Amino acid sequence: MNLIAARLGVDIGGTFTDVVLELGDKQYSAKVLTTYAAPENAIIDGMHQVCAKAAIKTSAITQIIHGTTLATNALIERRGAKTALVTTQGFRDVIEMRTESRFEQYDLNLALPEPLLPRQCRYVLNERIGAKGDVLIALQRADIEALAEELRVAGYQSIAVGLIHSYANDAHEKLVREVLEKKLPGVMISLSSEVSPQMREYERFNTVVANAFIKPLMKSYLGRLAGQLKVEGADCPIFLMHSGGGIISIENAADFPVRLVESGPAGGAVFAANIAARYGLDKVLSFDMGGTTAKICLIKNQTPKTSRVFEVARTYRFKKGSGMPISIPVIDMVEIGAGGGSLASVDAMRQIRVGPHSAGSEPGPACYGRGGTKPAVTDADLVLGRLDADNFAGGSIKLDAAASRGALATHIGTTLQLDDQTAAFGVAEVVDENMANAARVHAVENGEDLSGYTMIAFGGAAPLHAGRLCEKLGVARCLVPPGAGVGSAIGFLRAPFSFEANRSVYMRLSDFDAKKITTLLSELESEAVRFVRSCDATAAILPEFKVYMRYSGQGWEIPVALTAEQAMKPEVQVFQSLFEADYEKLFGRVVSGMDVEITVWAVNATTPPQKVTRIAERQLESKMAMEARRQIFDPALAQQVDAGVVERSLLKTGQGLVGPAVITEDETTIIVPSSRQIVRQDDGCIDMTLKA
Amino acid sequence: MSNKSTVSNQVMWNRLISVVEEQAQALVRTAFSTSVREAGDLSAGVYDVKGRMLAQAVTGTPGHVNAMAESVGHFIRRIGSQNMFEGDVYITNDPWEGTGHLHDITVVTPSFHLGKHVGFFACTAHIVDIGGRGFGADANSVYEEGLYIPIMKFADRGEVDKTLVKIIRGNVREPDQLVGDVYALATCNQVGHRRLIDMMVEFKLVDLVDIAEFILENSRRATIERIAALPRQSASGSMTIDGYDTPIDLKVKVTIHADRIVCDFTGTSGLDKKGINVPLVYTKAYACYALKCAIAPEIPNNAASLAPFEVEAPVNSIVNAVHPAPVALRHVIGHFIPDTVYDALDKILPNTVPVEGAGCLCNFQVSLRPRTDAPAPKSAVRSEVLTFNSGGAGARPSSDGLNATAFPSGVMTMPIEATENAGPVIIWRKELRPDSGGAGKYRGGLGQFMEVGAVDGHEFDFQAMFDRVDHPARGRQGGAPGAATTIKRSDDEKMKGKGKQFVPHGRRVMLAFPGGAGFGSSKDRDPVLVKRDLARGYISAAVAVRDYGLKQTEVDAVLTAVRMGEAL
Repeated sequence: MNLIAARLGVDIGGTFTDVVLELGDKQYSAKVLTTYAAPENAIIDGMHQVCAKAAIKTSAITQIIHGTTLATNALIERRGAKTALVTTQGFRDVIEMRTESRFEQYDLNLALPEPLLPRQCRYVLNERIGAKGDVLIALQRADIEALAEELRVAGYQSIAVGLIHSYANDAHEKLVREVLEKKLPGVMISLSSEVSPQMREYERFNTVVANAFIKPLMKSYLGRLAGQLKVEGADCPIFLMHSGGGIISIENAADFPVRLVESGPAGGAVFAANIAARYGLDKVLSFDMGGTTAKICLIKNQTPKTSRVFEVARTYRFKKGSGMPISIPVIDMVEIGAGGGSLASVDAMRQIRVGPHSAGSEPGPACYGRGGTKPAVTDADLVLGRLDADNFAGGSIKLDAAASRGALATHIGTTLQLDDQTAAFGVAEVVDENMANAARVHAVENGEDLSGYTMIAFGGAAPLHAGRLCEKLGVARCLVPPGAGVGSAIGFLRAPFSFEANRSVYMRLSDFDAKKITTLLSELESEAVRFVRSCDATAAILPEFKVYMRYSGQGWEIPVALTAEQAMKPEVQVFQSLFEADYEKLFGRVVSGMDVEITVWAVNATTPPQKVTRIAERQLESKMAMEARRQIFDPALAQQVDAGVVERSLLKTGQGLVGPAVITEDETTIIVPSSRQIVRQDDGCIDMTLKA
Repeated sequence: MSNKSTVSNQVMWNRLISVVEEQAQALVRTAFSTSVREAGDLSAGVYDVKGRMLAQAVTGTPGHVNAMAESVGHFIRRIGSQNMFEGDVYITNDPWEGTGHLHDITVVTPSFHLGKHVGFFACTAHIVDIGGRGFGADANSVYEEGLYIPIMKFADRGEVDKTLVKIIRGNVREPDQLVGDVYALATCNQVGHRRLIDMMVEFKLVDLVDIAEFILENSRRATIERIAALPRQSASGSMTIDGYDTPIDLKVKVTIHADRIVCDFTGTSGLDKKGINVPLVYTKAYACYALKCAIAPEIPNNAASLAPFEVEAPVNSIVNAVHPAPVALRHVIGHFIPDTVYDALDKILPNTVPVEGAGCLCNFQVSLRPRTDAPAPKSAVRSEVLTFNSGGAGARPSSDGLNATAFPSGVMTMPIEATENAGPVIIWRKELRPDSGGAGKYRGGLGQFMEVGAVDGHEFDFQAMFDRVDHPARGRQGGAPGAATTIKRSDDEKMKGKGKQFVPHGRRVMLAFPGGAGFGSSKDRDPVLVKRDLARGYISAAVAVRDYGLKQTEVDAVLTAVRMGEAL
């Protein structure tokens, strides 16, 4: 009998499937190429690899936590089930008409993304619920039965039901399900009032359609995965990471697969939050930069910031509005087209542009020597001395600096009359500026000033750019954790069981109804707790209460957190003052004399966060002797500097060095600018701070 | 200029564009008027001390493009540089020195760094009410359209002018909302200012002179390169639209010179008696927007990239209305300017620009009140609800027009669930209007149907702001026109396309918004697309046969496939 918990974290990404086995305080990881046709194969492969490393049997694994981009990819690639939408008569085209606007105003040939379901797959019923939940037109059972026959003939596998104002009254949606289940056995049905009970029909309908669209696929995948793991000896409970940063049961995941969208990046944010807890940091900016994109997330009080709606599958240069909105509880991040493979060019204004097009891994940046001729960020990093041509990715790829110079000269230098190095400097500065701008706008939208923040950098390209980004953002400290290459999978192992239930119900503070509030929040609480309880029969479950408030007449709500007591004994003055305090913090001042209203109510049930041992932080105790030196370009000084080079694995706790310096490891390279110094902390984190 | 300063200038230009975007986002999040926060009817920009615009937020609507670019110059002239101090905030809603009607408030804030005046931030927002007769075309002069705020200080060295605030409060229907919006405008300039100063500190700048030159010179050069590559020709375009009581002719002559493009609106109809006249700033904004989209879409808006586009119009033509002409609904005419310009430009640059679409937004305002024909229930209330909606866009030379999507306006519609929560209105229908897109090789975008009623116990006035009732969008190169606007009551009572009209208890307004026109002959349309359109119900079986020559057997095959759930 193995008494040590052996937990397996599995992250299926676009290119790699990362597997991390945690045995006591030891971690074993493996990176396996994702096997698109049968994603479970890569998991099995990776599981055997880490079990071999740890010398345990697969049967010793006690728990598997899984996150995946499969749901996201299915939406992006439109690979889903044959799906129909059943909606209110008069509103057949809601998911197609979107916001009736163009997300790029100057492109005369703009193409809007096609809706997930074409018009012939959208059916209507004669019924209508009013804004207050009142029935304006009663739904007739016979109409549903007739519709069921049409749907049967057309042979749909999955059906989304989205009716107007169903967040306020779900009776009609439930009736539709009751009849369809009877008439169409085996067909999967998703209700908008369950998947996303929020006001705003476009977002809600799109979310329920997305859920229905990927449900058969995800259900079958999860079933196969569980079966395969059992065959391979891992007969333990499997849980799924959701987009909100918690974990849910495999059954819930199969019912609400749309909640799995963006679960990989959510794991990254949880990873960063856990490190924040280790260091007792209340204000953290997580910075995850890979080959194609960079993701930035604010983590306050060791909790990633969450949001109620986000956009998936952006079709136009990551532009806001060019994707499809999904309204589910989600960790709020900005994602921009800035990664190691992002390509640089010069536009009509002779401005250097970087991204969002990426060279990917094939052909890759010019320096990979695989036929890429355009300069990528990695090429600029190489020319600036940040990468070692002979020692990239543990020496597995030999980089061709001459090819990088050639590509930079052809596409940047010649046009702008810049030498190769300055061209590389320009490319690096533009990509860093793009990321800094994204971080600044995100901070402003959240009423935050980044100057008091600590950055936690992970992902293959982040440590190369983190130092410069800190300089640009005025961030004084940056942590680069070990295992940065498999951060999301480690994050899965740190996530609590959690589920957020929410509902749109309008209430003005001038019509404050304490009894109604208590009832509503209690209902939401028991719903959320039920989900978590199904994952863990004994753990303590903490409810977190949140309401979304705004001045009557405004269009943007702000989240206001309530304590359990404030939620269960609601008082109007307390709600008012909590709102005003948060509003003032966000926007600088309150607006007197305006009525305030609540639009959305949410309860997040969660098991307590894992116990984290605070580490004793070390100051720079001894300076490491440099093994070698090389010239790197320091953008803040706009000149070449002579930098020391050390291998990360040789740094001992408390040891450090002063920039400019380069710290190498197989997965990435950490650049320490001239303005910074570093020390290795007890947990292996490289702690980069302003020079003493 | 050295190698390295080229790089820092590039970074700073990027930064300024991000700064004004932050400024615009701050406005969207703090504004009260639905037009700003839901529909995005706003703009924001940063200027040098001479009042030249250096960057403008992407968020916003084209109607403000040139107008706001010029506006800061008026503020400098009216207030005087010597009277500008740290902590000042300036304001106006002058239609001629702002952005075209009293409903747009422009706020300008000077930026000081190290005690020295270095630039300005400006922003504009469309507010829902400014007093007077309310938002509509019914005024006979601008005096009836609401409160006029000349260019003046809203705050002097940090001290808000309380008298002005009292006057504003006393003259409008929703004083809290309006004053809240003015503060939101001032706040958003402040957000931009803080970011600008951060940048100046980081790059050790004491003024914006060099970066301004860098931005303006590169933009000017890039824009002029584009213009120089065009044929030096001139061509005329025209369009006739409904107007208020009598049709209006819009006429333009577009001339391409070596380094500029001139749009001359000579020949356009004179002033209208009703408030649909357009100040020249707004005409410029939309003419310029149209040309930029076609010729230099990716060059950011600033003083230099806008300067080569020149617009002229005879004084007191409907596109150059001067004080005191009524101008509240200037958008109804203004939104047709791009299609008029394109009618001319197409003759110089064939196969580049879209054909005519719905043009102006299909907006309406509903004023609800307890029924007066019988005792009203106690729950009945008064309420004003404004909605923004779009017809179909015109077909492009290589693709269909966009369905129910605004062009040229950049505003968004609101969710009907949000609208119904805002007042006792019921939107019974809002969906695509089949067969409304003009037939062609590339089909015009579909318009939409709407049906509007009130919650039981209410009656309402319906303020219509529609065009294209008598003048649907015209096709090009053999493309068919789009469907016209129709409006009537549910009891078949006639209604007009413009103006306030009473709707009694229990009745609804039945609306069909116009479609865009087609491009090229419908006989040349790819049969695969015809079948797809039929399967989706964008076109009816009758139109598939009549306009696109589909055989009845093919129609039957498509409809059967749809019934059987086969993919097309």
